[in-house]
Amino acid sequence: MKQVSTIEGRAIPLGLKNVDTDVIIPAHWLKTVSREGLGKGAFETIRAAPGNPFDVEDFANAPILIAGDNFGCGSSREHAAWAMLDMGLTAVIAPSFSDIFAGNAFKNGILAVELPQEQVDRLLEVAAEAELTIDLENQVVTTPFQDRFEFEIDPFRKRCLLEGLDEIGLTLGSDSEITKHEQMREGTLPWLDKPKRREAA
Amino acid sequence: MASKPRTLYEKIWDSHVVERLDDGTCLLYIDRHLVHEVTSPQAFEALRLAGRTVRRPDLTLAVPDHNLPTTPRVDADGLRLPIEDKQSAAQLAALEANAPAFGIDYIDATAPEQGIVHVVGPEQGFSLPGATIVCGDSHTAAHGGIGALAFGIGTSEVEHVLATQTLQLRQSKSMEVRVEGPLGPGVTPKDLILHIIGVIGTAGGTGHVIEYRGRVFEEMSVEGRLTICNMSIEGGARAGLIAPDEKVFDYLKGRPYSPRGEAWGKAVAWWRSLATDDGATFDKSVIIDAADVEPTVSWGTSPEDVVAVGGIVPSPDSFADPSKREAARKSLDYMGLTPGTPIEDIPVDNIFIGSCTNSRIEDLRSAAQILKGRRKAANVRWAIAVPGSGLVKRQAEAEGIDRIFTDAGFEWREPGCSACLAMNPDKVPPGERCASTSNRNFVGRQGPGSRTHLVSPAMAAAAAVTGRLADVRKLGTCQEAGG
Ligand code: SF4
Repeated sequence: MKQVSTIEGRAIPLGLKNVDTDVIIPAHWLKTVSREGLGKGAFETIRAAPGNPFDVEDFANAPILIAGDNFGCGSSREHAAWAMLDMGLTAVIAPSFSDIFAGNAFKNGILAVELPQEQVDRLLEVAAEAELTIDLENQVVTTPFQDRFEFEIDPFRKRCLLEGLDEIGLTLGSDSEITKHEQMREGTLPWLDKPKRREAA
Repeated sequence: MASKPRTLYEKIWDSHVVERLDDGTCLLYIDRHLVHEVTSPQAFEALRLAGRTVRRPDLTLAVPDHNLPTTPRVDADGLRLPIEDKQSAAQLAALEANAPAFGIDYIDATAPEQGIVHVVGPEQGFSLPGATIVCGDSHTAAHGGIGALAFGIGTSEVEHVLATQTLQLRQSKSMEVRVEGPLGPGVTPKDLILHIIGVIGTAGGTGHVIEYRGRVFEEMSVEGRLTICNMSIEGGARAGLIAPDEKVFDYLKGRPYSPRGEAWGKAVAWWRSLATDDGATFDKSVIIDAADVEPTVSWGTSPEDVVAVGGIVPSPDSFADPSKREAARKSLDYMGLTPGTPIEDIPVDNIFIGSCTNSRIEDLRSAAQILKGRRKAANVRWAIAVPGSGLVKRQAEAEGIDRIFTDAGFEWREPGCSACLAMNPDKVPPGERCASTSNRNFVGRQGPGSRTHLVSPAMAAAAAVTGRLADVRKLGTCQEAGG
């Protein structure tokens, strides 16, 4: 995973509630076997409307997106995170995120920042004209107008992002614990092992 | 530890913790992993690039479903037909190559057992009570219907499970949805779960695992329970659970991957111990009166936008929350609906009976009961029935259900996800309306510009024969409660 510390730049003031992953990347873009190139399909239906915030010149290559409640709900497709990365987004600010999206975002180095609705509303206002700064180390979002909004983040996720840790590598470090669990499981819940297919009785 | 009363969720969680880290994250052991063609190619590719292997190939099962066309897959001589869409064909080819390369059991696109992962898992006895089950698809929650802790994961997590057979997770909060009283005649599990989502909202279960409790679930068939848990994700919960009981054990006995012999007895003994203890507490509790549940229909573009079939299209002004008001305005505009219109006056152009929510034998039977001796209305342009698996399809054919569907003007298709997410050629055209037994009515979900009304199988059949959203109870034959 690549390291993440401070994200600075323009923020796209989308503000919409319940942006589901079908909106972030529609299903017909999922027929790929690669993680690249999905930016073209990102937010396709929203971008089809004239005057949508994604096509405002000021926000070209903006690294931050601001959205409403329950961002990333619906399908578990990680393509949503890949599509956002591919269009240059590395952080999303919203009042709440779906659990699965938050996990997918994190695993791709996209920072999901949860702030109360009033603070999100203020940032939507600021985003129209100025840049935002997200400082992960100090867990704070700031604006050029002295706004300073602190946010919570899971300490484990924070450490992984700051240090750019590979989660699978970390888990493989617990290999002997996993093996121990497997041996215990073989004794107590033996039917969970090696299910062999056979014809239905 | 043994003395503190625990919930079903806590019992399954505790028995699968490999390691508890200082910050509260747990390494959780995964018993069963289902893999399909759309969310796995990037995971296998990443394993290859990192030179990693699959830790427990025996605990993973691969089956294609999302992308496969539902038209015949073999010709008259039994030879496999090519898939026209090149990208779909490439995804299928990737899974076909990856499964054997990593030693994973694979159910071929032409095998009689092929079907939607969430139908196949329980049907094959691969999904078991008390097991942790994951799949790169959010409706994995379905397997909670047999008492498994099952949830959807992203592709990076698919890779993590393949490499380590574990996931790094934090325990969710627990939520109880208690339904009191019996369901009325003509009210099905699908109506109940739509109603529940309407009550709790699409973010109502975020951060929680829901346990559905009450007599209604004890009396419900295993198929019905799978339908209920399937849509937990639409209520924001990553997983839903119903305590396993004799009905579940009977359902699983003798299935191809089910434990047998001595192991079966041991398994059942453990499964029986899994129910939530008296005195265990939930972080959140919602009580639903079953008497309030009517055959239910969605009117908007979020699964929480539901109303009883006898109701009207709501006015955006009827919502207190300003952002909900705005969302309702947008939804109605997209759906082409006018506030105040009676739901039963809304004509439909398409009918889709299928998806992992409602494509099991009981769902097809319930639709067939309404369709028998009737035909789809003239204004219904396209009606399609897509069984959840090859085994469901054969069972239905043995019962003559396929004939009832085709006589009613339905197309009878090969199993797969089909018009649930419209990745294959089965799509609802822009601006057209579909009564659908699937689980999501999102903007463009059934094809760009498509307008979805979520309903039960019986209600979809009623819509087919009347040509509009209709109250199945007015059509004479109707399913009894809990069906
Ligand atoms: S039927 Fe629909 S919801 Fe179910 S697995 Fe397939 S795409 Fe997902």
